[in-house]
Amino acid sequence: MTTIESPRAPARLAPRRGVNLEKWGWIYMRASGVVLIVLIFGHLFMNLMVGEGVKAIDFGFVGGKWADPFWQWWDVLMLWLALIHGANGMRTLVNDYTNPGTIQKVLKGALFASAAVLIILGTLVVFTFEPCPAGAPADLLPSFCAA
Amino acid sequence: MPETSAGTLTAPTKPEKQRPGGTLYRGREGMWSWVLHRITGVAIFFFLLVHILDTALVRVSPEAYNAVIGTYQTPIMGLGEVALVGAIVFHAFNGLRIILVDFWAWATRHQKVLFYIVVGLWVVTMIAFVPRHLINVFSH
Repeated sequence: MTTIESPRAPARLAPRRGVNLEKWGWIYMRASGVVLIVLIFGHLFMNLMVGEGVKAIDFGFVGGKWADPFWQWWDVLMLWLALIHGANGMRTLVNDYTNPGTIQKVLKGALFASAAVLIILGTLVVFTFEPCPAGAPADLLPSFCAA
Repeated sequence: MPETSAGTLTAPTKPEKQRPGGTLYRGREGMWSWVLHRITGVAIFFFLLVHILDTALVRVSPEAYNAVIGTYQTPIMGLGEVALVGAIVFHAFNGLRIILVDFWAWATRHQKVLFYIVVGLWVVTMIAFVPRHLINVFSH
């Protein structure tokens, strides 16, 4: 005869080994979210509110910003945090709206691949950027290229 | 049914207006904040993919970057940027609301009030952004 547990007995959790990745994902969404508010609001302010806003953005504007390591690291940190935050958020939607199986694996694989490729691409672009490419018309370049 | 059949039978009354079960959540502030958080999150994610690729054009040539970023300065894209910033600002403030609801018992009890605070802060932020941005887009 089986005994029925008291209704208020705490659920027995299966013993876990190793790290709980879902817990760390949950923590990551909150921690990165707070940092991203600062980074993205600063990004939007610098690019859309200061001066002529979006109308002032061109190659020279980007070159001027990335001449300063501060803005290079700002943008790279934003890139990593935002893409991982976004891809993990999309993973939540895939978990919600698809059943386990091939399609779900393909969707998650696509999310992982696009995030990985864009993180590598973006990081390389920021740190290998050449603000004064040889042969480019001077009026398209940041003002410090003439010096 | 013809009216003549009424008689002693109880007349079929109109069915009571259907009310969804679980009105604590469904159709209320909690549900709409969740819906908006998803929709804005997905929209921002796909913009981010495009935005990294267009910025990567600085590595191709000044001409290539300027040609593409120039399309961000057209009136239609200017309106799109209003929508983008609106989505980001909502997602940001509602994300803070989620964190408060998760970690602070008072906020869990008052999540509805916090939703209206999020909407209020969104309105204030958009009032600060939209006129200035639209003047930049349409006048320079």
